[in-house]
Amino acid sequence: MYIDPHVHMVSRSTDDYVHMARAGCVAITEPAFWAGYDRSSPQGFFDYFRQLTESEPRRAAQYGIRHHTWLCINPKESEDPVFAREVIALIPEFLKKENVLGIGEIGLNKNSRNEMEILEAHLQLASDHNLLVLVHTPHLEDKLKGTLLILDAIRRFPKLDPGRVLIDHVEEHTAKHVLDQGFWCGMTLYPDTKCTPQRAVDIIETYGSERIWMNSAGDWGHSDPIAVPKAQMEMRRRGHLESLVRQVTFGNPQRFLSQSGRFSAEPLRPTAPDITR
Amino acid sequence: MSEATPKLNHHSMTRAQVVDAYFMEHRARLLDVAAFLDRIDRAGPGVDDFRMNAYRNAIALLLDGKPERTRRILEHFSDPSTTPIPAAHVKGATGAHDPIGKVH
Repeated sequence: MYIDPHVHMVSRSTDDYVHMARAGCVAITEPAFWAGYDRSSPQGFFDYFRQLTESEPRRAAQYGIRHHTWLCINPKESEDPVFAREVIALIPEFLKKENVLGIGEIGLNKNSRNEMEILEAHLQLASDHNLLVLVHTPHLEDKLKGTLLILDAIRRFPKLDPGRVLIDHVEEHTAKHVLDQGFWCGMTLYPDTKCTPQRAVDIIETYGSERIWMNSAGDWGHSDPIAVPKAQMEMRRRGHLESLVRQVTFGNPQRFLSQSGRFSAEPLRPTAPDITR
Repeated sequence: MSEATPKLNHHSMTRAQVVDAYFMEHRARLLDVAAFLDRIDRAGPGVDDFRMNAYRNAIALLLDGKPERTRRILEHFSDPSTTPIPAAHVKGATGAHDPIGKVH
C-alpha cells in the first residue's frame, strides 16, 4: 500500500490508474502544473481547476484511488504577473471544493523577478487562508539557487509554519537545506532528471526518514507513475524494515497531508463510471 | 528551527553486499559514459560547449577521493549566483550552468 503525493493524472491514461491501483496506490494528490504549453486566458485555468476538482476525482475513484489536489498558476506561466494575478484571483472560489488540500505547486522555474513576485502572491494567499503549501523547486542547474531563494521567501511570511510547507524535488544538494529549516521535503523519482529510486533511498539513509516522502510526479513527459512502488522494492532489496518502507511511502505523506483536514487514504471501493457525464 | 534528523543508524548492507548488488548495473553505466565520450569523438572535430566542459570536470570529481560525490557534482552543475534574474526568456534547463549566460 502506498500514497503518491505528487502525480499529474490529467496527463496520464486510465491504464496508469489500473497499474497504480494494482501496485497498491490508495490515494494521490495532484498539484496544478504547466500543461506543456501556455494557456491563452485565465478561463483556461478555470476549466483546468474544474477538471482537478470535479472530473479527475471521479476518474480516480473508478480504480479505488482517492484523489486530492492543489491549486495555483505554476511558475512556468508566471512571467506575466498581470496574467498570473488574474489566475490567482480565481483560486479562492475553488478552495471550497472538498478535495483541495492547499496551494501548489508554486515556486520558481528560471529564478526570475516576476516568478518571485508571483510566488510571494501565492504565499500571501496561503498565509491568509491558513493553507498547506506544496513547492516546486527548479530543474537541474537552477535548482540549488532557486531552492535557497524559495526558502528565504517563505521565511518572509511568519504565519506560514515550515511544518505545513513541503519543498518538492529535492536532491542531494538541497535536501539538507530544506530539512535543517524545519520544512518537509519530497523526492521525485524520474528516469533521467531528479532522483532515481536508488538515490532517493540513499538520501533517506543519509538524512533520515522524518519529514520526507517520495513521489512519481508522473506527467506528460518522461516519467513513471509506478515509481513509488519501485522505490519500495529498492528499500526491501537493501534490507530496510517494512515499517520504514511504510513510513516514507504511506505514513509520512498521510501525516503531512492530514494537516489539511481534508486528506483521506481510507480504502475506497471502486465506483462505477458515471454514464450521465 | 529544527535540525535534520540524523542518518539511519543501521546499515542495511555490508560493503561487499553493496558491490554484489550493484556492480553489474554500474559497470554498464560506466560503459555508457565511455561510449558517450567515444560517440562525441567519432562525430568529428569541434570544441566542447559549457555542458561538456562541466561534464568532463564532473568526472574528475568522481576520482578525487573525497566523500559526497553526488552532492558535489550537483553543486558543480549549478548556477552559483544568488539573486533573481531580470526576466526568464526560456522555460527549460540545460543541465549545466552556462557561465556566459547565453541560454537565459
